[in-house]
This record gives sequence, C-alpha cells and structure tokens, in this order.
Amino acid sequence: MNLTLKIWRQKNASDKGKMVDYPISDVSPDMSFLEMLDVLNEQLINKGEEPVAFDHDCREGICGMCSLYINGEAHGPDRGITTCQLHMRMFKDGDTITIEPFRAKAFPVIKDLVVDRSSFDRIQHAGGFISVNTSGNTIDANAIPINKHDADKSFEAAMCIGCGACVASCKNSSAMLFVGAKVSQFALLPQGQVEATDRVLNMVKQMDEEGFGNCTNTGACEVECPKGISLENIARMNREYLAASLKG
Amino acid sequence: MSILDSKIPKGPLADKWTKHKNDINLVNPANKRLIDVIVVGTGLAGGSAAATLAELGYNVKAFCFQDSPRRAHSIAAQGGINAAKNYQGDGDSTYRLFYDTVKGGDYRSREANVYRLAEVSANIIDQCVAQGVPFAREYGGLLDNRSFGGVLVSRTFYAAGQTGQQLLLGAYSALNRQIGRGKVKMYNRHEMLDVVIVDGKARGIIARNLVTGEIERHSAHAVVLGTGGYGNVFFLSTNAMGSNVTAAWKAHKRGAFFANPCYTQIHPTCIPVSGDHQSKLTLMSESLRNDGRIWVPKHKKDVEAIRAGKLKPTDLAEEDRDYYLERRYPAFGNLVPRDVASRAAKERCDAGYGVNATGEAVYLDFASAFMRYGKEQAHVKGLDENDDALVKKLGQEVVRTKYGNLFQMYEKIVDQNPYETPMMIYPAVHYTMGGVWVDYNLMTTVPGLYCIGEANFSDHGANRLGASALMQGLADGYFVLPYTIGDYLADDIRTGPISTDSKEFEEAEKSVKDNIAHLINNNGKYSVDHFHKKLGKIMWNKCGMARNEADLKSAITEIAELRAEFWKDVKVPGSNDEFNEELAKALRVADFLELGELFAKDALLREESAGGHFREEYQTAEGEAMRRKEFQYVSAWEYKGEPKDAVLHKEDLVYENIEVKERSYK
Repeated sequence: MNLTLKIWRQKNASDKGKMVDYPISDVSPDMSFLEMLDVLNEQLINKGEEPVAFDHDCREGICGMCSLYINGEAHGPDRGITTCQLHMRMFKDGDTITIEPFRAKAFPVIKDLVVDRSSFDRIQHAGGFISVNTSGNTIDANAIPINKHDADKSFEAAMCIGCGACVASCKNSSAMLFVGAKVSQFALLPQGQVEATDRVLNMVKQMDEEGFGNCTNTGACEVECPKGISLENIARMNREYLAASLKG
Repeated sequence: MSILDSKIPKGPLADKWTKHKNDINLVNPANKRLIDVIVVGTGLAGGSAAATLAELGYNVKAFCFQDSPRRAHSIAAQGGINAAKNYQGDGDSTYRLFYDTVKGGDYRSREANVYRLAEVSANIIDQCVAQGVPFAREYGGLLDNRSFGGVLVSRTFYAAGQTGQQLLLGAYSALNRQIGRGKVKMYNRHEMLDVVIVDGKARGIIARNLVTGEIERHSAHAVVLGTGGYGNVFFLSTNAMGSNVTAAWKAHKRGAFFANPCYTQIHPTCIPVSGDHQSKLTLMSESLRNDGRIWVPKHKKDVEAIRAGKLKPTDLAEEDRDYYLERRYPAFGNLVPRDVASRAAKERCDAGYGVNATGEAVYLDFASAFMRYGKEQAHVKGLDENDDALVKKLGQEVVRTKYGNLFQMYEKIVDQNPYETPMMIYPAVHYTMGGVWVDYNLMTTVPGLYCIGEANFSDHGANRLGASALMQGLADGYFVLPYTIGDYLADDIRTGPISTDSKEFEEAEKSVKDNIAHLINNNGKYSVDHFHKKLGKIMWNKCGMARNEADLKSAITEIAELRAEFWKDVKVPGSNDEFNEELAKALRVADFLELGELFAKDALLREESAGGHFREEYQTAEGEAMRRKEFQYVSAWEYKGEPKDAVLHKEDLVYENIEVKERSYK
C-alpha cells in the first residue's frame, strides 16, 4: 500500500507545532500501525531528518502508553483496541491518514505525538487505593466471599488501562470515565467501603483541579475506549459522589 | 572455595526464613525517617518494594522510564499467580510448590530461596485481595483457581487474561498512596544510566530525564534494582519495546556479578513471526493450554495441503492429527513445562510439520474444549446436549469469559477468528531466569545494592514455571526485601544524608555524559534498530532454543564485531537535551551488545542441557535435556573490561531436601 501521512510535529512544549505530510510506500497490511511508523522513522533517520516521537511500550494493548488520534478517533478506526493493535489492513491503498496527539488541556504535548498524562497519576494519588499496609498480615483471602456478579463488574472497571482515549474523545475533555472506573472498582467491593466517602470526594476534587472538563453524557468516551469501560461507571461515581457529599 | 557467600541461614528448611527474620537487625521507626532508598523500576517487584519501604518509614525515590509506574511490563502478564493456598483441596502445600519449582527449574535454583518463595506465596493472595485486586471468583463468592504447566494441582489465581495488570495496578495503588503521603518521590520518564559506588557501597544513581535530557545525580543509603529481564537482547521477544538490561548491566560493570545469563525462557505459545517489519512478539497465555490441545498433521501431504490453502485444519480427521505433547508426555500432556513444550514444537517444525508458510507454527485447538464446556452448560440449562451447534456456541461463551481478551488479541493480529479455526502458535523469547547474582537477602555482590524480581537470578533455576514470575516479583517486593534491607541499613542510622558532591558521583556522571556525547556526535550510517535487529538474529540463530559449541563460538566473535561496528557506525539523530527516543534506544542497545556476548560465553561454558538451556551435544536418546552433575552450580560472572574477559565464580547448589533426579513429565 502507498499512503500519505499527515502528522503533527511539535519540537517541544513551547513550540507552536504544525501538520507535516509524509508519503510512505510499500506498507504491508499485516503491519501494525506503530510498525508502519517505525518504517517511516527508519526512513527519516536515513535521510537525516528527525524521527516522529510517539509513546508506546508493550505493543499488545495493555500498558496504555500508546496514544494516537488517528483520522479524528482515539486509537484509530477499529474498535476495542489500542493504537498498537491497529493493523494497516484497516486502511486502503492511497489513503491519507491524519495522526495527531491526544489533545486536552490536562494533557500538554511534550513532543510531536507524545503528551504528558501525569494528571491521571495525580488523580490516583488522591484516592485510588485502599489503605491497607502491605505487610501481608491481613485476613485470609477467602474470609470475605464476594458475589461473583460484583467481582466481575469490579474487574470490568479495573480493566481500564489509563490511556486517556476517553479524555481525547470527549468534547469537554472530561476524565469522568477514567475516574468513574477506579471509583467503581472499589465501590463494588466490600474492601472499598471503608474509605468510599473520602475516595470519591478527593479523586473528583483532584480531577477538577487538573483542568478536565465535565461530563455531558454524549458517550463518545465509551465508544472509543479500547477496553470497553461502560458509561455506567460514570453513573456509579455520580451516585457515590452525591452520597458522599450529603454525608460529608 | 568460592568467594560467593549466599548467606543461607542454618537450620531446617522450613524454619530458615522465620529464624532469619528473628535474627536480623531492625531499624527503629524514628531512624527509618533518616534513611533514603532508591528503587529503580516500578513493576511488580520495584513498585511493591517502593510502596512497602515507604510504609515502613524509609524515604523512597522511585524511578521508571515509562510515563507512569502503571505501564511497567508486569502489566502484560496474562495467566496468573501461583500460591500454595490449597483452596481446591487437591493436595497442594508449601512443600509441593517448592518441589514443583525446583524440579521445574531443572534443579538449578537455590533451595532456601525457593522454599521462602513458596512460604510467602499465600500471603500475596491475602494482601492483594485486601488491596481490592478483583481476582476471578466462583459463584459461591470464593476465589477460583486454574492449573499451569509442570504441576498436578490447581494453585493459580487469576483475573481473566489480565492477572499481571490487576496485580500491578494493586501495587501501583499502594505506591500511589505513599506518593500521596509524600513518602515516595516518583520520577517518571527517567532512565538509570549508572550506579554510584562510594567507599565500596552503592550510594546512588545517575539518571537521565527522558523529557529534558538532563543528567541527574540521586543519592541514597541503598539502591534497589527491580528492572526486569533482558529478553530484548533477542530484538524480537514478548517484552515491551522499552524493556532493557541497562540498569542491571551498569550494576554488573560496577561490581555486581551476573548469574546464569544463558538461562532464557522461550515460551511455547506465541503468535508466529509474520514478516521483517515485526517489532515484537505477542504471547498467548499458558493458561490456554488448560483447554487448548496442541497438534500438527500426522502426514506430510496434509501439511502441504494446509500450507497451500487447499485443506482447512478443521477438516482434518482426528486420526490424521498428531497431538504430539499428549503422545510424548501422557502424564502432563499439554501442560508440560514451557521448555519441554517449546522444544517439542521446534522438533515437529524442524521435521517439516509446521503448518504455516514459514513452516514455523503448530496448532492450538479449542474445539474439544468448546464441546466439553458446552455439554456442561446445556446440561445445567436443561437444553439439548446432542445439538452440536448449540453445544459449541454455549462452549464458546464459556471460553470467551475465560480467555476473551486473548482471543481478541489473536484475531486482531492474525486476522483469523480463533473460535472458528485453531490458533497458530510458535515459541518466542519471553523471560530470563538469569540475572544479577544475589544472596539470600537479595543483595548483590556490591554492598547496599539489591536486585529483585526478574532482574535477579535467584528462584527459577534453568526454567521458570508458569504463573511464578508474578509470585516472585511480589514476594521479593512486599515480603522479602523490606525485611532483609533493614539488616544492612541498621548500620546507616548515623550516616546522615549522602552527598552527591563527591568524586564518585562526578566520575559516574562524566562517564554517562561521555557515552552520550559519543553517540550523538558519531554521525554514523545506520540506525540503532539496524544493529539491534542484527544482534537479535545472531542471538536467535545461535543462542536460541538449541545451542552447540560451534554456533556459540561464532556468536561470541560476531557479537564483538557487531559491537565495534555499532560504536563506529551508529547514527543517533537530534541532541541530548531534548526528548530523544533514538538516544535512549542507543544507550540500551549498547548494553545488549555487551550482555549478548556474555550470554553466549555462559552458554558455551555450560556443557549440559538444563531447562531452557539446551545444548545439542547433551541430550538423551529421546531428545530430552541431559543434565550433568558437574554443572550443578550457578555461574556468576565478574566484570573485567570486555565480556570475553569476564571471570567465572561458581556457587555450588546443594540439595538437602529434595532428591535430584531425572526430570520427567511422561
């Protein structure tokens, strides 16, 4: 396949940045999208140009590090996958592909397609944990039976990989799906009840301070989420938040 | 007499750890506040260690090269974590987990370490559940288990095909709690490029800020490396793209012995290589062998018809299939350990029975699992058990809940639906049992420098059993290191803060900066990947699943030549003082090019076959690995300039509680 890539180039955080066109030929449909970018970078290096910077690590859809906005969609046109799992067979010979970073006020660009998502970490520091010491002197794991339905729901929320596609897809740059998933994981488990009030209040407060927008229920985040995290997690977080606000 | 002192406590095996904990020095809580510890790497081992040390009261600085500690490659572990809970009542015990691990490692691991690992394994599960890790459960609300290779019990706890993710996020949450309290200072997007030794003790590191390029000095009273394995020396592996040996290798160059570098795990069930553009390989969890059956066609004519696309594997009659693992190993069948399964796949493919165009693939088939589960479901639901289409559909749903994400991954990569046609798989580099030598306290040969998780060599011998990596990472980080490090730090309560204004820091910083300047100004002809791919080819062809003297000797020469070429001809664009991934890669590949040579040297020395190390000269009449008594030792290498000059030290392995015998899975 022969393609034209339109890629966002930005030298550093203070640079204005612009789209640059790159033709690329002999792309195999079996390549992953990032392998296609590897080929482009190899060509750029050989020509003495700067390769395109992009985040990536595990290349199997679980670490959450890759983050491209491809043809106007986070992680590109396929569903239920991250960019590293997107394969070139999703495109046609002659296509023009636009590649941008995840854009949000809370995700400043570091270079080219690489953004700073440390705001997500800071939300987790605010309350994304259960305060038990890691000494191992806890009760036996089977001492608290947990209803399978709740355990499975908790797991489904915990599958979030923290990539930020929800934020990039939301017209308000809201992080409610990300935060809702973490709040839900613990809200659905008995272990999480003890600190439930503080957790949701602190995490939501931090989310707001980081400059993420609010949720207006358009549901774009759920559609683009590579792990299929459900909107019901946002509803659950809102219930938890309301209950906590009334208590607190 | 070896200069290596493994510091194994005296006394009966089962009492060693308890007794040791009672005997070692403690640091009182007020003094812990005066002590700084650096932890490099934030995967299961590093992340859990950093969190626990901070909880105990130490001041922790943690480093990871990714943009968040949550991205460490532990996250990609799929199948599960072992623990001797015996929840299934199937005869499991601490001793049995210990026994299986030592036998699985082909009698090349240290008894006392493995027993301790088995002993603390049950605690890990309690701890993780308390932290809110959502393990798979049964309808009664209790934890579910499954079985993994090389064992005869079900002791593996799991969270669908994302166990590593859930455990890592558990450790990450514990870490976040401490970051929030200010007890851990987290340095994301930082790469450790050297360890600093002051007066013979590890007192800090030199790190590069990967965003700004700044070279930073960080001091502490002790340094802990939890930086993972070195599988990427093969270029293609199931490791993450950034996984590297640099921290461990720099430690080696500063005096830490490197043990058993040739022990590499080639995992039997990975998606086969599809072309030259390939950047990494993807694992299909071993847990799939609980339900999948591995086969190739019995007859060459069918192999050819399949390769030509004239015959579908689903159309091949049962009697024309060779379920070679079930045939060769009736007791363990498809659940033989990884080294055995990998070699068996290679044997069939080398004999010409590989089922894809490259001839390097075998089938992993779920058809019988669909029917077995489906019949059960039909029975439970009161539906027609003889309606094959219905039964298959019901069975597929069961399989989807167990391994859905793996099936999806396979479909996205290969573009075939594994619910309808068997998966094609082939072995790939996955894990490294070798690593930095540590004593019972997990301290390296450099005082104050510790190494935990996959980065050390200690627990898996020559072959790691499935679901034991997660167990070891968390055991080291949560339950072992936080105790043992206190024994060392007890001497440091009056030391006070370590200054970074010393000649040692200056020297280390200068050597890092000189290296970087050389790479940036080199202006050579070829990219970093060019050299990395070449190294990978040498490693895979000559130090891979089967090794021999001639190949290993030529690998040593070729790698040394390639390393010289690299320094002469590598091209790194851009500058140091910016985000520069090519520079980061170049620094990592430079270290792989040294490690690779030591790896081959170690494999050449080891004139036996053990676990993942298979020397063609040493095999039984049936083609099984042939261990040799005279190699019942750990080879620990001391750095002396070039890898070829490394000096061997032996730690003899003594088995007092287990009878060393032929490792059979028949």
